[in-house]
Amino acid sequence: MSEKLRQHASLWLSLAVVLIIGLWPIATGDALDRETAFTVLSAIALASSLNILLGYTGYVSFGHVVFFGFGGYVGFYTINALGWSLWLALLAGGLSAGLLAYLLGVGILRLRGAYFALATIGINEAVRAFINNFRPFGGPTGMTLNFSVYKAYGGAMHALELVFYIMVALTLLVTLISYWVRTSKFGLGLLAIREDEDAAEVMGVVTPVAKNWAFVLSAIVPGMVGALYFFKNGTIEPGLAFPLHTSIEMIVMIMLGGQGTVLGPIVGAGGYEMLRDYLLVSPLFKNLQLAISGVLLLLIVLFIPRGLVGWLRQRYAKVRRWLI
Amino acid sequence: MIDALLRSLIDGLLLGFVYGIAAMGLTLIWGVMNVINLSHGSLIALGMFSVYYLFIGLGIHPYVALVLTAFIGLIFGIIIYFIAVHRVINAPELSTLLATYAVNMMILGVGTAVFTTTPRNIPLELGSIQFGSTVITTTRLIAALVATLVAVGLFLFLKYSRPGRYIRAVTDNRDAAEIVGVPSAQVLALTFGLGTLLAAISGGLIATFFPFTILAGESYELKSFVIGVLGGLGNPVGSLFGGLILGVIEGLVPMAMPTTWTPVLEFVLFVLILLVKPNGLFGGEE
Repeated sequence: MSEKLRQHASLWLSLAVVLIIGLWPIATGDALDRETAFTVLSAIALASSLNILLGYTGYVSFGHVVFFGFGGYVGFYTINALGWSLWLALLAGGLSAGLLAYLLGVGILRLRGAYFALATIGINEAVRAFINNFRPFGGPTGMTLNFSVYKAYGGAMHALELVFYIMVALTLLVTLISYWVRTSKFGLGLLAIREDEDAAEVMGVVTPVAKNWAFVLSAIVPGMVGALYFFKNGTIEPGLAFPLHTSIEMIVMIMLGGQGTVLGPIVGAGGYEMLRDYLLVSPLFKNLQLAISGVLLLLIVLFIPRGLVGWLRQRYAKVRRWLI
Repeated sequence: MIDALLRSLIDGLLLGFVYGIAAMGLTLIWGVMNVINLSHGSLIALGMFSVYYLFIGLGIHPYVALVLTAFIGLIFGIIIYFIAVHRVINAPELSTLLATYAVNMMILGVGTAVFTTTPRNIPLELGSIQFGSTVITTTRLIAALVATLVAVGLFLFLKYSRPGRYIRAVTDNRDAAEIVGVPSAQVLALTFGLGTLLAAISGGLIATFFPFTILAGESYELKSFVIGVLGGLGNPVGSLFGGLILGVIEGLVPMAMPTTWTPVLEFVLFVLILLVKPNGLFGGEE
């Protein structure tokens, strides 16, 4: 047992960090803390998902928020227009985002480097512009949930609690997936693609298939988070669902914590959200919040491109087995 | 009907020249140093504000202010290069994407605090010119002429001047250029400065006929991406044609369907061209 414990030390550490964030508002019993924890957890779930593509596979998706928005819209539509339950809506959100990623991946994963990054920006904008015109999804004004929907979950108060627990579960799930991919043979193939795609192909990695599954895996949970987020929000519109800067914030979180590691995006997302909270409430920095995040990002990119976890791994050989 | 068609077509074409200049700045930087400049949009917006304040604050005529703005843009771009880009110029593309995006965040953050997000416009009334049965807004006509002049100027600069030749040498092969004594760091800085100059000029021109805020640059940046891909990334001459194509699309689409469909068409076209002809419509095979 202790051998197993040590073997998966980094997984336990990552799960523990997520659990602490999830249990903290339950311990304090404060609804405001719960809101903060919800934001942090959803940031972790999004960043960890993107890390599968960006950190492990080395493909930079600049428009990853498209899966959050698309899953959110599909989930919202099933609840609002079809009267499905939240559970089915979550499933629909995740599956539709995964399907979208699969179909897009067949096309755009042939592009490499900056061309791929550009294509993902284009797709996010195209989907946003399309939904802006798509009548069944409410066009530019979006959709609003009837308040009575929450009655099925014991009223709005209980629904909020339920949503939070689901968020905790989703974040734990994404951590497990991230760790599994990182340590599996499939993940090894992805890492090989990151280092040298042509060499990986020669060594027997079926790169188009591996890349596409990485893309799908990185899209499913963001779709579910989107469905959950907009159920909680009660209203959805194109501007809320596809903000380009959220895509880039996810990348910043990954860079902050360390790309290509399991713990990195968790630490990065937590750290980034806390910093932003601090900057938003401090009167001195409120207006310059964006500028300060920019300075921070530039310093990371220029001086610690491996992020916190990557830097620790490089600096201290002993912690490597504890920090994947 | 024909008149309306002609008028939208001409409006779109004239606008296309200005879009082309903006895209030229983006694609010059991409072609020479393989950097996608994600601060392009905010630099366009700074060009708008530069012309605005030189006019409102100091009473300098907008077209004179444009020359000053171009110069400010050049210097500003060189500074940005040495602070944010130089250190990561050889790193994987994620680093330069994020470094330029960080610059974008800083400009937008400080810009929002200083300029607020109240829409501004430059009160410049030059009326319009009657051509047979069509009417052309004078500011747009002048903008198209200035854009053409700038494009020709850039072409001549790259073709015949010594720094221009250096830039082309670095584009072809940076290592080889360094061996024969081309100061590549200075050349890259100059290129980034020129790209910023083009962004600032296009912003200044747009500001003479459209209202703007500090956040207005984003949509022009996205248009620049579309145009850059249409004309071939790294092909400044192609950008001008790409700009004209986009201008025509924007002019004609509203005749056939609601205007809100224009971005859908543009971005679908963008992704398709990336997939099918990544070197642009006028580019050769890979």
